[in-house]
Amino acid sequence: MIWLDTLIQGILLGGLYALFAAGLSLVFGIMRLVNLAHGDLIVLGAYLILGLGTATGLHPFLAAALALPLMFALGWALQSALLNRVLGDDILPPLLVTFGLSVVIQNALLMGFSADSRKLPIGPIEAQSLPLGPVTVGAMPLITFGSAIVVILGLNWLFYHTALGRAFRATSDDPVTAQLMGIRPRRIFAVATGIAMVVATIAALYLGARANFDPAIGPARLLYAFEAVIIGGLGSLWGTLAGGLVIGVAQAMGAAINPEWQILAGHLAFVAVLLVRPRGLFPRAND
Amino acid sequence: MRQKLTIPLFLALLAVMALVPLIGSRALVQELFMVLCLLVLALNWNMLAGFAGLMSVGQQLFVGVGGYAMFAAVILWGMDPLAGVLIGGVTAAAISVPVAFFAFRLNGAYFAIGTWAVADIARLAFGQWKALGGGTGTSLPKGAAQDMAGVVPIRALLDVSKAAAVDVMTYWLALALAAVMLAASWVFLRSRMGLGLQAVRDNPVAARSVGVDPTRLKALVFVLTAFGTGLAGGLIFIQIGRISPDAAFSLLDWTAFVIFVVVIGGIGTLPGPVIGVLVFYALEQLLADYGTVYLIVLGLIGIAVMLFARRGLWGTFLSRSGFDPLPLGHSAPKSAT
Amino acid sequence: MSALLEISGLTAHYGDFQALFGVDLALEAGQTVAIIGANGAGKTTLMRAITGIAKVTAGSILLNGAEMSRRAAPDILTAGIAMVPEGRKLFPSLTVEENLRIGAHARQGNGFWTLERLYTLFPILRERRDHPGTALSGGQQQMVAIGRALMSNPTVLLCDELSLGLAPVVIREIYAAFPTIRESGTSIIVVEQDIGQALKVADHVHCMMEGRVTLSGRPADLSREAIHDAYFGVNHA
Repeated sequence: MIWLDTLIQGILLGGLYALFAAGLSLVFGIMRLVNLAHGDLIVLGAYLILGLGTATGLHPFLAAALALPLMFALGWALQSALLNRVLGDDILPPLLVTFGLSVVIQNALLMGFSADSRKLPIGPIEAQSLPLGPVTVGAMPLITFGSAIVVILGLNWLFYHTALGRAFRATSDDPVTAQLMGIRPRRIFAVATGIAMVVATIAALYLGARANFDPAIGPARLLYAFEAVIIGGLGSLWGTLAGGLVIGVAQAMGAAINPEWQILAGHLAFVAVLLVRPRGLFPRAND
Repeated sequence: MRQKLTIPLFLALLAVMALVPLIGSRALVQELFMVLCLLVLALNWNMLAGFAGLMSVGQQLFVGVGGYAMFAAVILWGMDPLAGVLIGGVTAAAISVPVAFFAFRLNGAYFAIGTWAVADIARLAFGQWKALGGGTGTSLPKGAAQDMAGVVPIRALLDVSKAAAVDVMTYWLALALAAVMLAASWVFLRSRMGLGLQAVRDNPVAARSVGVDPTRLKALVFVLTAFGTGLAGGLIFIQIGRISPDAAFSLLDWTAFVIFVVVIGGIGTLPGPVIGVLVFYALEQLLADYGTVYLIVLGLIGIAVMLFARRGLWGTFLSRSGFDPLPLGHSAPKSAT
Repeated sequence: MSALLEISGLTAHYGDFQALFGVDLALEAGQTVAIIGANGAGKTTLMRAITGIAKVTAGSILLNGAEMSRRAAPDILTAGIAMVPEGRKLFPSLTVEENLRIGAHARQGNGFWTLERLYTLFPILRERRDHPGTALSGGQQQMVAIGRALMSNPTVLLCDELSLGLAPVVIREIYAAFPTIRESGTSIIVVEQDIGQALKVADHVHCMMEGRVTLSGRPADLSREAIHDAYFGVNHA
C-alpha cells in the first residue's frame, strides 16, 4: 500500500514537472531554442503573482490570472528584442544569451526580494485532502496535476486545430517556405514565447503555492523540466507529460527509500532513459 | 616574425607574474591564485566549447571530482596534497570517459543539459560519501597543506609564515598550470589534430571527407580538458582548505563565471580567455562591494557580447585591426630571400 | 501601357556568388511567360529574388507600378505574388488540407480560390485531404503546392520547375490546370527545363544563361536553332 501511495504522489509531482516543462517543450519544438532562463522566468512569475496578490489583496489564483497577460507580454518582448537576434544554425549564441539572462534574473530577484524564501498564501485549501480509492491525496497536488492535463490538452488543441498552430508547425518545418505563405517567423516565435510564459505563470502559481521559493531555485527547476522534455522526445507535448511523470515517480520512489535520494533518483532515471532511447520516448518522426 | 616577438613577451610576463609573491601582499597572491585558476578553467572550457563545439554546462563535475579526489588522497590515504592534485586530474579524466559515453549520444543543446545533469548527479552522490563529511563536507586536516612538498624551501627562500608559504606554493603551481595549459593549447591547436578540430568546427562535412574523425577528436578533447579541469579543482581546494558538495560542484563558480570569461574575451580564440579573465578581474575589483550587481553586470555584458560582438573582445580586435599576433593556422612557407 | 510585372536591371547574389546580371523581363496581365535555361542559369535565383527570398542587390521589380525589390517575402505575397517553389516544399507536419489552408494565411477578404474550387480542380486532393502532405506521390504533391500558392489569390503565380522528376502523363495532368488558373485572373511565370512544355504553355519565352536573358520572343517566332543556341550558349557568329 505504501508503494501505491508513493506511486500516486510521484505521478502528481510529475504533473508539476510537466507544467515546468510544457512551455520549454513548446519553444524548443517550434524554434529549436533552448531557453536556459526558463526556470528563472518561472520563479520571476511566482514573485510577480506574490507582488500582485500583495498589492491588490487578491487570492493568488486571481493574482495569477492578472499575471498571465503581463508574462505573455514579457515573453513576446524577450523574443522580439533579444532571442530572435541570436537564433540561427549556431546553437552557442542562444544558449549563452539565455544563460546570461538566467544569471541576470536570479540576481535581480535577489536584489529586489532578498534571499528569504516565500510562499504564496493560498489559504485552507493547502491542507485539504481527499480519499482516492485506497490512498489519500492532497487537494493541491491533484489540482496541479489536473492543470497540467488541461494545459497539455490546450496546447495540443492550439497546435493541431488552429490557424496559429498551423503556422507554428509550418514555421518549425521550414521557416523560408513559411515566409512564402505570408508568415513572419519572428512574429510567430514572439507569440510562441509569449504562450510559453503564460504556461510558465501557471507553473509558477503551483510552484509558489506548494512549497517555499527563493530567487536561487530556478536552475534546479529548469533541470527537471529539461529532463522531462528530453525524456518525452522533442516536440511531443504528451511526451513531455510522460517525461514529467517519469521524473516525478522516480523522485518519489527515491525519497521513499531515503529522503536524500529524491533528486538523485530523478537524475538517474533521466540518464537511464537516455541510455536506452537517446531521442526520448516519443520522438517526432521527421526530426 | 610576429611569433618571435610573442614568445619572449609571454615569457617576460610569466616572469613578472612569478615574482608577484616577492613584492605583493598575501591577499594579492590569494586573489591572483583564484584568477589563474579561473584562467585554467576558461582555457579548458574554451577548448571544449570554442574549438570542439561541445557546449558543456557541467564542467563543475570535473572541478568537484578533482577536489574530492585530492581530499580523499590526503584524508583517507595520507598522501601529500600535491600528489592528491595529480590524482584529482587523473580521476577527473577517468570519470570523463563514462560521462562522454553518455553525453556524446546527445546533440547540441541536449549535450549541455546532459552534462549539467551528470554534474548534479555527482554533487548528490558525493554528498553520500560519509568519510568525507557527507552533505556538509569536511576540512583538510590541520597542517596537511603546510607539510606539502616545497613549502619548507619556500619558507627558507622568502622568510614567511607556513600559511603564506602554502599560498605562494599554490600560486606558483597555478601559474605554472596556466602557462603550461596556454602553451599546450597553442601547440595542440597548431598540430594536425588541432587543425582537424578547427576544420570540423568550421565545416564538419568537408572535414569528414578529408579523413578527420570528429567524434574521436572531440572525445579526446573532452577527456584532456577533464584532466586539466580536475587538476585545477584539486589545486583550488588545497587553497580553500574545505570542501562540500555544493561548493565543489557549484555551477556558478566553476562553469558560469568561466563561460562569461570566455565569451567576453572571445570564444574560439586562444587569447580570448586571457583577455576575459583580465576583464573579469577588473570588474570584480570595481564592483566587489556591490555583490549581486556585479553578477547582473557580468550577465548583461555576456548578452551584449553575443548580440553585438559575437567573437568577443579579442575576435573584434582581430577583425578591426586585421593583425593576428598568435596565428593558429600555418602560413605558407616563405621563400628564403 | 506598362506591364503587370516589370523587372528591369535585376541583380542578385546567391551567397557570395553573383547569380543575376541585370535581368529585364515583363509579364502582361493575363499572360503566361516561360523561362527556360540550363541548370545554374539563374532561373531559380530569379524566382527567389522576385519573391523576396533572395536578396536583390540592384534593379527593380514593379508590380502594378509598386516597387517590390526591397520588401520582405511576406509583404510581397500580400502584394499579390505567390510561388510554387522548386522541389514543392510541402510542410511535412501538415496534412494536405492544412498545407492548402496555410496558403491563405495572410489573405484578407474573399477571392476566387477556395478549398472547394481547388478540390474541383484537383479531385484527388479531396480524397487525400487528411494525409500528411509529404506522403503523396510527386505529382499529387505538386498539385498541393500549386493549390497552396493559389489559396492566396495571387495576381502573379510563379512556378519553379513544375515538371522536375515527374512522368510525362503527370506533367500533362498538372499543366491541364493552367487554363482554369488563367481564367481566375492570375498571370503566370513558369520556369521549365522541359522546353517543349514551355513552348506549348507560354505566350512569351525567355531563355536564360549565366544569369542573363539571352533570347526572348513568342514561341511561334523562335526557331529551334535559336533556342538551342541560347540554351547551350553556342555562338555561330
